[in-house]
Amino acid sequence: MTQSVFAPWNDPGAKPLIQFKNVTKRFGEFVAIDDLTIDIFEQEFYALLGPSGCGKTTLMRMLAGFETPTEGTILLDGQNIAPVPPNKRAVNMMFQSYALFPHLSIWDNIAFGLKREGLAKDVIGDRVQEMLRLTRLEKFARRKPHQISGGQRQRVALARSLAKAPKLLLLDEPLGALDKKLRQETQFELMDIQEKTGTTFVIVTHDQEEAMTVASRVAVMDHGKIIQVATPADIYEQPNSVYVADFIGDVNIIEGKAEPQGGKVSIAWAEGQPNVTGTPSSEITKGQTVHFAIRPEKVTISATKPEDATNAIQGKILDIAYLGNVSTYHVELPNGVVIKSQTANNRRLSRRSFTWEDDVWLSWTDTAGILLER
Amino acid sequence: MRRFSWFNATSLTFGFAFLYLPMIILVIYSFNASKLVTVWAGFSTKWYGELFQNEAFLDAVWVTLKVAIISSTLATVLGTMAALVLLRSGRFFGRTLFSGMIYAPLVMPEVITGLSLLLLFIGIGLDRGVLTIVLAHTTFAMCYVSVVVSSRLTTFDQSLEEAALDLGCSPFQAFYLVTLPIIAPAVISGWLLAFTLSLDDLVIASFTAGPSATTLPMKIWSSVRLGVSPEINALSTLMIGVVTLGVICASLISKRSAMKRDQDERTAERAEAA
Ligand SMILES: Nc1ncnc2c1ncn2[C@@H]1O[C@H](COP(=O)(O)OP(=O)(O)OP(=O)(O)O)[C@@H](O)[C@H]1O
Ligand SMILES: [Mg+2]
Repeated sequence: MTQSVFAPWNDPGAKPLIQFKNVTKRFGEFVAIDDLTIDIFEQEFYALLGPSGCGKTTLMRMLAGFETPTEGTILLDGQNIAPVPPNKRAVNMMFQSYALFPHLSIWDNIAFGLKREGLAKDVIGDRVQEMLRLTRLEKFARRKPHQISGGQRQRVALARSLAKAPKLLLLDEPLGALDKKLRQETQFELMDIQEKTGTTFVIVTHDQEEAMTVASRVAVMDHGKIIQVATPADIYEQPNSVYVADFIGDVNIIEGKAEPQGGKVSIAWAEGQPNVTGTPSSEITKGQTVHFAIRPEKVTISATKPEDATNAIQGKILDIAYLGNVSTYHVELPNGVVIKSQTANNRRLSRRSFTWEDDVWLSWTDTAGILLER
Repeated sequence: MRRFSWFNATSLTFGFAFLYLPMIILVIYSFNASKLVTVWAGFSTKWYGELFQNEAFLDAVWVTLKVAIISSTLATVLGTMAALVLLRSGRFFGRTLFSGMIYAPLVMPEVITGLSLLLLFIGIGLDRGVLTIVLAHTTFAMCYVSVVVSSRLTTFDQSLEEAALDLGCSPFQAFYLVTLPIIAPAVISGWLLAFTLSLDDLVIASFTAGPSATTLPMKIWSSVRLGVSPEINALSTLMIGVVTLGVICASLISKRSAMKRDQDERTAERAEAA
């Protein structure tokens, strides 16, 4: 249960391991990283999430030393790292393209970094063996990179970057090519390694579930900017914008005009529809455009109108997505808006209560969703 | 099955005859017992024996080999460096001009290259000999090497070098532990190309050689002007033999490595299936 206690970002006295201070990176005219300021603390598992081309790899390459910021500074342990060449940084990177050495065997690829440290032969041998076991590559040690599969190559790249046990490890989509089971196992291995060695991880991933599982904090990026940095739970439950809410997980967004009523806000969002009531987290003025975001699993679906619900809307089932453990109902409201509701399938399929074209009621409490200004 | 066609057969025969008849005649006459090249007087290997007695020829062979080995090695080092710098240094002022200038000697008439080098050597007061031929050959072979190596480098994945740096290599280590082994085939073919160019160069060597050093092509050329001797036929036959052997070796080596790769791949597949 270290996860719940570990929160150096809330401790004003804690010193970050990495600090980006107003870092901008331009490639010619193109701005890849835009005035970015973040702190990453020691022993964090920092996940970078964002659409393709938003600058995740660029950010990592600046940490590894392959790109220099156009403006701003990057501090590692309080030291400006700009003048330190890549081979002198206590940082290892796993490349998105793997960058395995084609002329060396898997064994030699993994041993490559260790050999540069001038370690004794048997120390290197033991360490490589450990890495091979960890990534389940023992059988392939003597092969060349072109003789193994894509997922195996990815594991070699991971093993090679882990071998040196650096202070800071940068993983650019480390598990994308692995099947789900192996991926989960490797995620736990990574967390295990992190717990044992205290290495700080920065990881790029396109898989939110993965970010949620491993990360101490998640940073959501867009167009070279950080939109929000928060713990996985906060990112999911307290997104600071429609962009983040939409990027992480599934969400229903209802846009309307706000009418503050006591501690609550009533949102007029469609002609002939009852107002939606939510609890604001910031000051909302009357008539302001707001977005009400609610996760599908927080929308209850029922055949009759629930008595006590603050929000209840009637609609017709348009579509049902059966995902095994859960089902998502797409419910069309009379004005054409589609709201998703998700329920756990704790009954067998044949005994499911709703089907297509059924008239149903959607309901939620006034604290189930979140009010967003943008 | 493809039908037999008189047209194809004739063109094939003439084509091969055109290519190989002169050489076959040369080889046959090298075993001629007669001193007169054009009159057949029975089989003999005496010209080969005499060739190995001929100091002047042996000297020329030695000079040629020395020049070829040294100049092709120098040209390979310089040409590879030039290719690396031109592809890696990013954009700088006059880059296009520089890369264009690297290739210019490829199209420059040899006579002009030779003449300008001669003028340079006279200008700086360098005595003409083995050294000047080596310098001249290095100069013109370097651009060939650089063309061969840079065409390989354009497809070289730069992140490999970054990975090497990331794992603690100095830039120089990254080069000789990662880049060089990967581009080695191109570097070797560059060397072979430079070696061959140096071996059979006549024009530039004639300009830059002094009385103290004569290369084999120069020697052959000058003695042929006094009339073709059976010794030259013998020498040429030996050269044909060496070249043929080289080609066969090279193709065997590449076939072997292809076979080995195939085999490796098959074992890999089998292990995966298991
Ligand atoms: N060397 C470069 N020159 C010019 N533009 C570049 C260069 N490297 C990256 N970019 C641009 O910078 C932007 C960010 O690239 P980056 O590789 O960081 O994206 P990413 O977030 O890692 O995307 P992905 O998820 O697809 O890997 C992209 O639009 C890319 O085209
Ligand atoms: Mg990327």
